[in-house]
Amino acid sequence: MALKIVKGSIDRMFDKNLQDLVRGIRNHKEDEAKYISTCIDEIKQELKQDNIAVKANAVCKLTYLQMLGYDVSWAAFNIVEVMSSSKFTYKRIGYLAASQCFHEGTDVIMLTTNQIRKDLSSPNQYDTGVALTGLSCFVTPDLARDLANDIMTLMSHTKPFIRKKAVLIMYKVFLKYPESLRPAFPRLKEKLEDPDPGVQSAAVNVICELARRNPKNYLSLAPLFFKLMTSSTNNWVLIKIIKLFGALTPLEPRLGKKLIEPLTNLIHRFLSSVIAVLISLSSGMPNHSASIQLCVQKLRILIEDSDQNLKYLGLLAMSKILKTHPKSVQSHKDLILQCLDDKDESIRLRALDLLYGMVSKKNLMEIVKKLMVHVDKAEGTTYRDELLTKIIDICSQSNYQYITNFEWYISILVELTRLEGTRHGHLIASQMLDVAIRVKAIRGFAVLQMATLLDNAHMLTGNTQRNGICEVLYAAAWICGEFSDHLEDPLQTLEAMLRPKVATLPGHIQAVYIQNAAKLFATVLRAQEGVPDSQKAQETSQLLIDRLPLFVQSANLEVQERASCVLQLVKYIQKLQQKEVAVAEEVSALFAGELNPVAPKAQKKVPIPEGLDLDAWINEPPSESESEDEKPRAVFSQEEPRHTRPRHTEVDEKELARRREARKQEQANNPFYIKASPSSQKVYPEVPGVEHIPVVQIDLSVPLKVPGMPMSDQYLKMEEERRQKEKEEKKKKEKKKKKEKRGRGRKHESGPESEEDITPAHTVDIVTEEMPEVGSRINFALSNDCPPSLFCRPLADSEKLPVRTHRPTDILKSPVEGAELESVSQEPKKKSKKDKKEKKKDKERKFLSMLLYLRALLSVQVYDIQGNLQDGSQVVVSVIFENKSTSFLKSMEFNVLDSLNSKLQRPDGAGPHDGLSVPFQLPPGVSNEARFVFSVQSIVMPQKLKGTLTFIVKSEESSTHEKLDFKLHFTCTSYLITTPCYSDAYAKLLESGDLKSSSVRLEGVSMSFHHLLARICFHHHFSVVERIDSCASLYSRSIQGHHVCLLVKTADQTVSIDAKCDEPSLLGNVLDEIKQTFSMC
Amino acid sequence: IICCPPPLQMQFMLLFSRQGKLRLQKWYVPLSDKEKKKITRELVQTVLARKPKMCSFLEWRDLKIVYKRYASLYFCCAIEDQDNELITLEIIHRYVELLDKYFGSVCELDIIFNFEKAYFILDEFLLGGEAQETSKKNVLKAIEQADLLQEVRLGGGDLHGI
Repeated sequence: MALKIVKGSIDRMFDKNLQDLVRGIRNHKEDEAKYISTCIDEIKQELKQDNIAVKANAVCKLTYLQMLGYDVSWAAFNIVEVMSSSKFTYKRIGYLAASQCFHEGTDVIMLTTNQIRKDLSSPNQYDTGVALTGLSCFVTPDLARDLANDIMTLMSHTKPFIRKKAVLIMYKVFLKYPESLRPAFPRLKEKLEDPDPGVQSAAVNVICELARRNPKNYLSLAPLFFKLMTSSTNNWVLIKIIKLFGALTPLEPRLGKKLIEPLTNLIHRFLSSVIAVLISLSSGMPNHSASIQLCVQKLRILIEDSDQNLKYLGLLAMSKILKTHPKSVQSHKDLILQCLDDKDESIRLRALDLLYGMVSKKNLMEIVKKLMVHVDKAEGTTYRDELLTKIIDICSQSNYQYITNFEWYISILVELTRLEGTRHGHLIASQMLDVAIRVKAIRGFAVLQMATLLDNAHMLTGNTQRNGICEVLYAAAWICGEFSDHLEDPLQTLEAMLRPKVATLPGHIQAVYIQNAAKLFATVLRAQEGVPDSQKAQETSQLLIDRLPLFVQSANLEVQERASCVLQLVKYIQKLQQKEVAVAEEVSALFAGELNPVAPKAQKKVPIPEGLDLDAWINEPPSESESEDEKPRAVFSQEEPRHTRPRHTEVDEKELARRREARKQEQANNPFYIKASPSSQKVYPEVPGVEHIPVVQIDLSVPLKVPGMPMSDQYLKMEEERRQKEKEEKKKKEKKKKKEKRGRGRKHESGPESEEDITPAHTVDIVTEEMPEVGSRINFALSNDCPPSLFCRPLADSEKLPVRTHRPTDILKSPVEGAELESVSQEPKKKSKKDKKEKKKDKERKFLSMLLYLRALLSVQVYDIQGNLQDGSQVVVSVIFENKSTSFLKSMEFNVLDSLNSKLQRPDGAGPHDGLSVPFQLPPGVSNEARFVFSVQSIVMPQKLKGTLTFIVKSEESSTHEKLDFKLHFTCTSYLITTPCYSDAYAKLLESGDLKSSSVRLEGVSMSFHHLLARICFHHHFSVVERIDSCASLYSRSIQGHHVCLLVKTADQTVSIDAKCDEPSLLGNVLDEIKQTFSMC
Repeated sequence: IICCPPPLQMQFMLLFSRQGKLRLQKWYVPLSDKEKKKITRELVQTVLARKPKMCSFLEWRDLKIVYKRYASLYFCCAIEDQDNELITLEIIHRYVELLDKYFGSVCELDIIFNFEKAYFILDEFLLGGEAQETSKKNVLKAIEQADLLQEVRLGGGDLHGI
């Protein structure tokens, strides 16, 4: 042995250490990969040696290689070995490696539990520290559960060095094992007043972070934090507290008043954090706009600063203020627009973000114009794309609220199509479609623009990538086809849409082209048939017949199908034309009627059919989910009010009438509502001035411009002129007014430029949402289950953290005497109700819960009896033993008095009356599960078996022998196994006539039908085959293959169950049990 | 993309050279190696592409990146949207100061050759993405004592072994 160690040490001298490795890598720049692979081979050799120093060195090198991107997961076990070294040097390296390389999926993590626990309780604080640090990186839910108690203890360690680490790591533990929050919280709260500032700040950090996720649970801590805020000098802590108040103030408006003063004092120190809180404050208190004004002024100074960081933060904070106080930010528009010219993309993006919220009807055109200039100048497609989406976002926000002139907007969109290499063709296209469909007055203009686009398609087809700019042709073709009546020269557009070049476009665009070519064709025919020269109409048909075959050959199925369809149609039309039959009317009829879009929420307006329950399970819910473990019974036994939907609530007549009126009003304004009569069609007023716009303006001097496109700028000019005019008029009016109302107060006077004055040139059809959005807030999993009063009530037994069994020293300290034990044993413990389920791998087995409560030192719960599918005569009974005493229980022996029918299966060689020893011992408060197999012969009758459990109670002074009697109840239900069944198989089964029938009626059942079904399914192992209204068929199968079919109907609190089964007595018993289930509730 | 439970403050910290070589990485969110590599590659590229006088912040995916260059090394942290940028900048600066004190005017090579020390200091300074100790003195004291422990045990252990 000694020799081996010596040998190991000598070997070590020749090993590469980390420095050698690093140097080596630096010297092998050209064949780095090869060099490293030899190094890894060496490391593998080193890891095989027994010498821990060699191993640690190897692991250290691996950690370095891991950083360079090499996979070292194969050495996970070696890392664990090094972690468990007793020497700090190696332990430190081991934990470092683990924290860098381990993640939740690393399977060896579960081997580390005991090692980490040992290190946590090490007398050396650095061992503990290193373990805590490592744990913070790779803690898993299992580790969190097993170590929560140990870490909680460390929060009260004597050394602040450990305390602060323990406090911080508790946050991670809470995330991974939320149950630990409640028991640990009081101690965490204590740490807020820890004498050590480091520990205090750690506790503030953790609580602030928790509170941010779920503020309402932490409101009660507000006074404490307030005290900390006014007394603390630690900036780090202050910032966290301010952040916390930001989350709390919206919930408790009274906090605001108190905070204003200290915050304004702090504003000079940390502007950005303070702003966040001030905003949430002032939203509830309009009087404090002064503090907001102060903020904005401060921010302006920041934004004007030459320091880029301050500029960025200033803009960021501005955007926060903008959300609540848009007016105060809008006055700094000039400054924000300046920032668009900044070299730094981060700052430009921030400024863009601000602009979005700053637009108004008044300044939209101006801002967008600025942005368009930037689009032209922008280098780099990412930023340009960002600008493009921002422009569209800005314009389209809240249903085009700020757009007063849609011709201008269409022109902007058309101008945007000239951008090269943008990915957002699709976005532009959808805007074009949206505007053309919703703003009826603009269609004429839009169609002309789109026709020009189609005519100049060659300029856009350079980029055929998906989402490329050619996507706009999709919109163009559709708009031209759908609203073809507005076209000046439909024939020319038709020709443009059938050019051979079109075949190079993406398939979905070609398909739209063809469909809309057909629509255009109809329009052209209609125009041409009126004219005496019928030759022309035939020429048009010939054009289609000539051009379409190209598309019939398309590889794209959609294109091919549509093309051949249209081609055949045109050929037929041509035949008719040759016979001089007028066809135009009939062809147009193909495309008659207006296509209306459907509002995204339209589905909600469709009433849910009677009897359709959208909340009911289609299949049974998976029974293993964690959250269900807590309260599986409650799900079915409580009539939860949340299932009653608000729309079922009774409303009085008046309210109904009012709503009806409101709805009518809304329908009248809503174009997407399908109206009863065309008379209610809204008439769109012709806008004066539209005619004066020069629609076609050929500007050949600017090469990039698509010829024939109007420039959006002209609208800006027009708008300015119009506004100027209005102003003048207004001034005149005002003068008049003043003359008239001289002497009167000025309160009616609104500013000459107020928003309302700008009347939009076009109206948008706005899709309104009838239903209010259900408030969806992302909640933190951790805090979801906690009621608001979470930390006020005492801990329930079940919430205590598990104490691990192999620390008997702690456990035996409990000073409980034998006498007390006795008395406990006499008292029935009613509160031992604890329903547990366990994840089962074996899916074929199904479970049922049957509880047995026994008065005891010990509670024995039969929580599960499973039929064994493979063996029709076997039943597995799972029993939970819970030690409710304060003593140690051991040598437990489980015995059952067999009946003729049911026998406990004992190991070979054991006598028929021997007990089975339970394979574990129970420290106080611990529960464990054991399973026993029973063989049963007949399953048609319920069975009761008597049994006894003998065990030894060991306390410090003495040990006594105790006995506990119990009964095992095998219901018939427990022999049933939930088996899915298809309705056709079910029908066949019923038709076969082999089944005997029986029925039962339950009166006064007030639960909803789907609860009722859920209850039968859950407690009696049935599955729903089919459900129609208040009638359902259910199926189950016994372990011996009996079919049990139920037909459940409900009416007026009466439930009738007709049942069929091939075994009448089994059926009778199952029905009795079902009856009993419902009589209990 | 980072959807796992949020850390206290920082999602991860990266140190890389002007040539884009990673010198140190610390992840406070559990991610797979593949994701880590992808994020690192993208971030290094983005940060290196920025010009010297630009601001230290950058919005990347749904995270905010705070970075600062010290000599040839970039220190780069990712925080959530609501987190404080200046504090993060301060954390970076503190860490650099700590390295400087520990190594005595630190340079990139110190970190390359003593990368484990750099990690130890970082771990003593940050835990779970949050500053655990704001006093530089305390951090260095803890590191020195642990180092001392290491040396004593190392020496003793070796003698004993032979």
